[in-house]
Amino acid sequence: MIEVKNLRKSFGKLEVLKDVNAFFESGQAVIIIGPNGSGKTTLIKTILGMVVADKGEVIFNGKNIVNDFHYRKDIGYMPQIGRYPENMKIGQIVSMMKDLRKHNTDVDEELLHQYDLPSMYGKSMRTLSGGTRQKVSAALAFLFHPKVLILDEPTAGLDPLASEILKAKILKSKQEGRLILVTSHIMSEVEEMGDKLMYLFEGKINFYKTIPELKFETGEDRLGKAIAKIMKEKLHA
Amino acid sequence: MLKIAKYVVYDILRSKVLIAYTLFLLLISFSLFGLESDPSKSLVSLMSVIMIIVPLVSIIFSTTYFYNAYEFIELLVAQPISRNSILLGEYFGVAVSLVVGLLVGVGIPIAYYAPTATGFVLLLSGIALTLSFASLAFFASVVTRDKAKGIGVALMMWFYFSVIYDALVLAVLFAFNDYPLDKAVIGMASLNPIDLGRIMILLKIDISALMGFTGAVYKQFFGKSFGMIYTIGVMLLWILLPLLASVRIFRKKNL
Repeated sequence: MIEVKNLRKSFGKLEVLKDVNAFFESGQAVIIIGPNGSGKTTLIKTILGMVVADKGEVIFNGKNIVNDFHYRKDIGYMPQIGRYPENMKIGQIVSMMKDLRKHNTDVDEELLHQYDLPSMYGKSMRTLSGGTRQKVSAALAFLFHPKVLILDEPTAGLDPLASEILKAKILKSKQEGRLILVTSHIMSEVEEMGDKLMYLFEGKINFYKTIPELKFETGEDRLGKAIAKIMKEKLHA
Repeated sequence: MLKIAKYVVYDILRSKVLIAYTLFLLLISFSLFGLESDPSKSLVSLMSVIMIIVPLVSIIFSTTYFYNAYEFIELLVAQPISRNSILLGEYFGVAVSLVVGLLVGVGIPIAYYAPTATGFVLLLSGIALTLSFASLAFFASVVTRDKAKGIGVALMMWFYFSVIYDALVLAVLFAFNDYPLDKAVIGMASLNPIDLGRIMILLKIDISALMGFTGAVYKQFFGKSFGMIYTIGVMLLWILLPLLASVRIFRKKNL
C-alpha cells in the first residue's frame, strides 16, 4: 500500500531521517516507536506530503506522491496536537471538512457519536480542553472512510474510556482491511493493536518486525522485555 | 481554491479588524470631501492619504492573517487539496476582503462626491496597491516561519517603499543632476508600486505642478494613454511576481 524508499530529510544541520526504507501493507496496524526526536512524526508527515523529503520517494498505491495531492483522499490523519481555527465551532469544523473534501454523504460518524461530539457542536474550538480536541481530531480522521489511517500518538491526552473507544475503532478498521500507522510510547497499547512494530532510532530503522517474530526471536513473552532485550543486543553488537 | 477563499472571507468578517478599516476609510474620505468645496482638490488629498494607509494596512493585515491562519493551513495540507489552491485560496480571501473594504470605504464617497474619471483611477490605483501589498505580505510570510519576524519583514517593506525609496531616488537625482536622468527616473518609478499608483492618478489629473519630476517626465515620455497602459502593466507585475514566488516557496515548505 505505502512504500518509502531511501527517505532522507534534514532540518538545517539536523538529520532527522537517514535513509529510511519500509513497506506498509493493507489490513495491518504498524506501530512506530522510538525515543522523542527519533523522526517518527517527520516520517509520518513525509508520507502525508506535509514535509517534503530531501531525497528518496514515497509510493502510495503504486504512485509516487511527488506533486500529487489526490492520494490524500484515502488518508485520515490525526495529528499529535490538533490545531484548528480557534474561532470556529466544532460543528463548523466538521461541516467545513465535509465541504472541502466534497464528501457529504456516507460519512463514518461512529466516533463522532461515541464521543458525543454532536451535542457540543456549538462550542468554539478556543474553549476546548486538550482531550476534547483530540476527540475531534480522531473523529475527523475516521470521518471519510479512509483506506489508510495515520495516527500520531492518538491516545495521549485521551481519558481511559475515550482511548478504549478509539482502540476498538482502530481494531475494527484493521479488520476491514485498512492500513493503520500509529506512533506510540505505550507498550500495552502496542501489544493490543499492533501487528508489526517499527523501531526508529536517530532517523534510522532499528528493526521492523511482526510482534510474534519479536517474541520468538528474543524468547520473551512480554513485548516490553522483548524490545529491551533487542535494544541491549544492538548496543553490545 | 474558491471554497478556501470563502472560508477565509467568513473568518475575516468575524474578526472586525476589516470593519474598523472600512469605517476609518469612510471617515477620512467623507471628511476630506466635506472640508473642500472642489471635489477634485479633495481627490488629491485623498490620494496622499490612500498612498500611505492602504499599503500599510494591506501588508500588515495580510501578514498577521497568514500567521493566524497557520492552524487552518496545517489542517488543509493533510487533505486532498493542492498546495497551490491552499495558498491562492488564502490570498484571494484576504485580497477580496481588503478590496471590499476599500470599495466601501473610499468607493462610496467617491461615487457620491466625485464620480469622475480621476475618482475612478484613484480607486483603481488603491485596488492595485491593495493586491500588490497583500501579495508582498504573502511573500514575507512564506519566507519566514516566525510570526514576529514575518511582520517585521512586512513592515520593513512598507517603510522601504513609502519612505526610504523616495529618499534614495532624491539622492540619486541630486548626485547625478548633471546628467540627463529622464529614462532612469522612469525606470526607478517602476521599481516602487506606491510611486506607480501615484503616477497613475497624476496622469489623470491636469495639474502639472503636482506631478513632480517623475510625473512630468512620464507624461512627456509616454504621452497620457501609453503611460497609463505601461503603469498598469508594471503594477500587474507587482501583484503577480511576489504571489507566484510565494506559491513556489509554499509548494516546498515543510509544515
